[in-house]
Amino acid sequence: MAGNAWRSTVSHVMGAIKTQSPLPRTFSRGIQTVTLIPGDGIGPEISTAVMKIFEAAKAPIQWEERNVTAIKGPGGRWMIPPEAKESMNKNKIGLKGPLKTPIAAGHPSMNLLLRKTFDLYANVRPCVSIEGFKTPYTDVDLVTIRENTEGEYSGIEHLIVDGVVQSIKLITEEASRRIAEYAFEYARNNQRTSVTAVHKANIMRMSDGLFLRKCREVAENYKDVKFTEMYLDTVCLNMVQDPSHFDVLVMPNLYGDILSDLCAGLIGGLGVTPSGNIGANGVAIFESVHGTAPDIAGKDLANPTALLLSAVMMLRHMGLHGHAKKIETACFDTIRDEKVLTKDLGGNAKCSEFTADICRRVQDMD
Amino acid sequence: MMATLTKAFKPILGRQLGNTAKVFGAAVNSQRGKPTYPPPAKYGGRHTVTLIPGDGIGPELLNHVRELFRFSCVPVDFEVVHVNSASTSEDDINNAIMAIRRNGVALKGNVETNHTMPPNHKSRNNLLRTSLDLYANMMHCQSLPGVQTRHKNIDIIIIRENTEGEYSSLEHESVSGVVESLKIITRNNSLRIADYAFRLARDKGRRRVTAVHKANIMKLGDGLFLQCCKEVASGYPDIEFDSMIVDNTTMQLVSKPHQFDVMVMPNLYGNVVSNVCAGLVGGPGLVPGANYGRDYAVFETATRNTGKSISNRNIANPTAMLLASCLMLDHLKLHDYANMIRGAILTTMNETRLHTVDIGGQGTTSEVVQSIMRIIQSGGPLTTEI
Repeated sequence: MAGNAWRSTVSHVMGAIKTQSPLPRTFSRGIQTVTLIPGDGIGPEISTAVMKIFEAAKAPIQWEERNVTAIKGPGGRWMIPPEAKESMNKNKIGLKGPLKTPIAAGHPSMNLLLRKTFDLYANVRPCVSIEGFKTPYTDVDLVTIRENTEGEYSGIEHLIVDGVVQSIKLITEEASRRIAEYAFEYARNNQRTSVTAVHKANIMRMSDGLFLRKCREVAENYKDVKFTEMYLDTVCLNMVQDPSHFDVLVMPNLYGDILSDLCAGLIGGLGVTPSGNIGANGVAIFESVHGTAPDIAGKDLANPTALLLSAVMMLRHMGLHGHAKKIETACFDTIRDEKVLTKDLGGNAKCSEFTADICRRVQDMD
Repeated sequence: MMATLTKAFKPILGRQLGNTAKVFGAAVNSQRGKPTYPPPAKYGGRHTVTLIPGDGIGPELLNHVRELFRFSCVPVDFEVVHVNSASTSEDDINNAIMAIRRNGVALKGNVETNHTMPPNHKSRNNLLRTSLDLYANMMHCQSLPGVQTRHKNIDIIIIRENTEGEYSSLEHESVSGVVESLKIITRNNSLRIADYAFRLARDKGRRRVTAVHKANIMKLGDGLFLQCCKEVASGYPDIEFDSMIVDNTTMQLVSKPHQFDVMVMPNLYGNVVSNVCAGLVGGPGLVPGANYGRDYAVFETATRNTGKSISNRNIANPTAMLLASCLMLDHLKLHDYANMIRGAILTTMNETRLHTVDIGGQGTTSEVVQSIMRIIQSGGPLTTEI
C-alpha cells in the first residue's frame, strides 16, 4: 500500500517536473489574485453576481478586471491589450464571461485569439446532472477533455481545382501526448476511475492512430486509472442511451467539440455548463460557454449559473476545495428548491434575487 | 433497355458511330430526373441479391433473414459472398463488389476493421461504398410504439454523404510526428447529395430540410457544402431549408428532437448524428439503413455495428436487419411482401415479453423470429391462393 502511494507520488512529481503541468495550489493563507474578464452582453451582470457570491463565501480571491477587445499591435497583427496579457501571465488564473465576435470587425474570433496567446491546449467540461433542473437524463457525471489547438480546426484549407476543396486535419505527437497527460493527471487529481479515448481510427488510420498510440503510451505511466478506447459513433450511441457508463473522455478537437456540446445538452444546455481552458506555463482560464444574449443584457434577467460553476471549477483547480464545495452546494440547493429561479431555468426571478438567495445560503452555512 | 444498348454499342462501334451513340444517349438522358437503374437480376421471376454475412452478429442475423424469406415464400435468392476481415489481400472485397455489380442489390452485415493494421489496409466497408459510388446513406429514425425511450414520437430522416468528406482515407506523415489527414469536399458530390435529399423530402411529403455543417470553422470545405445545399434548395420552393452547426445540432437532438424533419450532411457529421438519433429511438438494434448509388443499392443496419461481444449468443436484436431486408424488398418493388413482413415485425415489437436485451427485455433472437413467422402464417395469404 505504502509502496503504491510512494510510487504514485514519485511519478506524479516526475510527471509534473517533466511537463510542467500545474500542481494543485494551496493558498490557505494568501489571497490569490484572479484576472476577471467580464465580457459583453450579459457578461458584466453575471460577473458582478459571481463576485458578490464569492464575497459572501469569504473566498480568498481578489479580482483584477481587464478588457480583452482586440487591438492592432505593431506589425499589423491583432492582439489582446498588453495590460490584459500582463495580468494573466502574472496571475495565471482567469475567469471569463461571454465575448462577442462582431462579423465585420476584421479581427479573428476573440476566443481564438485568447487560445493562441496563452496556448490553451485543453478544454475541460465537467457535466453533472443538476437536481432541480429536470432533463430526460438524470445520472450524468462525466468530464470531456478536448484537445484545443489542432486537429480538424487547424484552419488549413485549399481550393484545389474549381469545385474541389480540401481541409487538412493535423495531428501531432506532441499535442496528443500533452492532452493525454493532462487527462490522466486530471483523472488522478479528481478521483476519477477511468479515461476513455474517443477516436475513429478505423477510418482515419494514421491520424487517430497516432492519437491513440500516444494515449496508450501515457496510460502506461498511470496504472491506477483504467484506460479504454471507443469509437466516436459507439460513444454517441451509448451516451444517448445510458450516459452513466462514461467517466473521463479525452479526444481530438472536432470530436471534442461535438461531444462536449452533446453532454451539455444532456444536463440542460450551455446556460448551466461550466468550462475551463488549461494552457501551457500553468495558465488556466475558466469561462462560461453560452452567448452574450444581447436581448436580455442589462435587464437583470441573466442566469449566472454557468459562470458560477466555472468559478467553482477554478477554486478546485487552485485547491480551495472547501470554498468550492460551499458555493456549489448553495447554488444547487437554490436550484433544487425551485423558489427563486431565473427565466431560463423555469422561474421568473431576477438575476439579483437568484444571486441574493445563493449568498444567503452560503452565509447560513458558516 | 436503351441505356444498355447504348452502352453496348459505344465500345464495339468506336468513334465513327460516336455521334449516333451521343444522339441515342441524349434521347435516353432526356428522361433523366428519376434514377434509372440497370435491369434487375431477375431470373425465372426470382430476384438475385448478393448477401455479405460480415462479422460478429452479421452471419446469424442474415441467416434469420434467409429463414424468414424462405418461410414467407419471398421470390428472392441470395448469392452469398464471404469477406474475410483478417486477410490483407483485397480479393475478397473485390469479389463482393463484382457480385453486387452483377446483381445490383445487396444485403450486408458489417465487416470488421482492425485499426491496428497499417494504413494501407483500408476499411472493407468503405472500399465497398466508394467503389460502387453509393453516394447517399439514408436512415429513417422512427420511434417504434412498443419500445420505451426518453423521447417519444421521433420521426427524422437523415441523409448522409457516403463517399467523400473525412472518409477519403488520404493521410500522410509529412514530418515525423506530424500526421495530416485530408477532408475532401467537392461541388459535384455536394450538389448530388443535396438533390437526393430534396427529392426524397418531396417524394415523402416532408416539409423541411436542415443542412448540418461546421462552416464557421471550416469555411471553405463546409462552406462549399452549405452553398451547394442552398443552390439546390432554391429549386424546391415548396420545401423549407435551414442550416445548423453540428455541435448545436447534437445539443438540440438530445433536448428537443421534434424540431427536426429531414437532415442532410457530410460524412463524419452524418456518422455522429445518425448514431445519436439511433440512440434516441432505442438503440442500434432497431434502425435499418440503406446506401443508394446511381446503379446499385446496399442495405444494412443503420449504425453498422459488428456486435462482437453479443455474437452467437442468440441475444442480438434482429429488428434492424429484418427492417433493412424490408427496405430491400421495397427497392425490388416486392411491396406486398415488404409490408407483410414489416407489419409482423411491428406487431411483435408491441409484445414486451419478446423484447431482446438491448431494449430492456429478456427475449432471444429466435423467439422474436418465431413470433414474426407465426404472425405471417396466421395473417398472410396461403400458398394455394397466390
